Amino acid sequence: MLDKNGIAKRIAKEVQDGYYVNLGIGIPTLVANYVRDDIEVEFQSENGVLGMGPFPFEGEEDADIINAGKQTITTLPGASFFDSAMSFSMIRGQHVDLTILGAMEVSEDGDIANWKIPGKMVKGMGGAMDLVASAENIIVAMMHTNRAGASKLLKQCSLPLTGVACVKKVVTNLAVMEVTPKGFKLLERAPGVTVEDIQNATEGTLIIDGDIPEMEL
Amino acid sequence: MISKKVANVQEALKGVSDNMTFMFGGFGLSGIPENAIAELVKLNVKGLRCISNNAGVDDFGLGLLLQGKQIDKMTSSYVGENDEFERQMLSGELEVELIPQGTLAERCRAAQAGFPAIYTPAGYGTEVAEGKETREFDGKMYVLEHAFKADFAFVKAWKGDAAGNLIFKGTARNFNPNMCGAAKITVVEVEELVPVGTLDPNQIHIPGIFVKRIFQGERYEKRIEQRTVRQRD
Repeated sequence: MLDKNGIAKRIAKEVQDGYYVNLGIGIPTLVANYVRDDIEVEFQSENGVLGMGPFPFEGEEDADIINAGKQTITTLPGASFFDSAMSFSMIRGQHVDLTILGAMEVSEDGDIANWKIPGKMVKGMGGAMDLVASAENIIVAMMHTNRAGASKLLKQCSLPLTGVACVKKVVTNLAVMEVTPKGFKLLERAPGVTVEDIQNATEGTLIIDGDIPEMEL
Repeated sequence: MISKKVANVQEALKGVSDNMTFMFGGFGLSGIPENAIAELVKLNVKGLRCISNNAGVDDFGLGLLLQGKQIDKMTSSYVGENDEFERQMLSGELEVELIPQGTLAERCRAAQAGFPAIYTPAGYGTEVAEGKETREFDGKMYVLEHAFKADFAFVKAWKGDAAGNLIFKGTARNFNPNMCGAAKITVVEVEELVPVGTLDPNQIHIPGIFVKRIFQGERYEKRIEQRTVRQRD
């Protein structure tokens, strides 16, 4: 079974040379730590920066340079700043190659819910609806089940949706799955996890086709 | 040169009154019009309808207007950092319209650019699209979103001149340029009001035509919401 860093490490393998990538808050942010250093990738943050670098050294924080999580950041050579309309032109216009975001629920049709729990958490969607409505390549990083052990990979989402039929791939602490017209197609198992474990943790249709390899990290 | 310069924040905010709709630039606490917000607290105008990506924190940014119960409605994309906001929302004192961040930006830009509405794919199939016109283009579904209508836009820029030309810094730019000229009156505060002729025309982010009033802001706190650093080796 993977921890959050393990999930990030596995997703980092999906990042290819020349990609512009938008990382959501939470596990997705960790992906930046594991991208191979022999490829060129630029990270976009929807509040208006392309070419995001690591956190600043202590004493060098700048209130005018933050990421979408409102954290102080730095920029790398070649970076640029822009306004919010242009930022979402990059996103809606499909100029961003890969979007990685977290989710509370994903359905077997590729629907995603990650912005609201009625009566409990109403913080808003931020840029998530724009991202999922437009991105061609969306990977969801999430835990397979909630704290009570219930599956978060469902036939149908129970929470208010963020977007419909948009998720292409899901990487959890247990497995890598592709969203297909027939359901979640199991591609890889996390180390030490059996196909049966994954089946038991998945409420939505799980397609198991032949031998499922253990993921390489 | 047509001058947009006004002496101070009091003059810049002339004409604001109860029950108006205001736009505020800023993302989180970055690039917010601190001087205009402080003055609105002093003026104690009420019944405001505010368009801003976020709602500040409890004791800073738009949180200051919420404390004084000056806001009736917020249109935002993310409001997660403010307990007083949550309390007023859950008790029904505050009306809240949550919309996608890119839609917020584009509804500002549409107002600025003279478009009555735009089609966006964001929110299709979700509760955000409920009651709205949808339309298919090339096999994909889109939602019709209308341009904002506002009385004042409060904008914060880094540098500006009396002609109203503006330059923004870093990610403090965010929604600020999109709100210039998107309301009946655009009020800009700058950290540095420089003499006309010193800004390179090639480097202007927003031309003065979109600005009605500009003034030199004072005492910027520029609070950091999430201070994240790395250790030196």
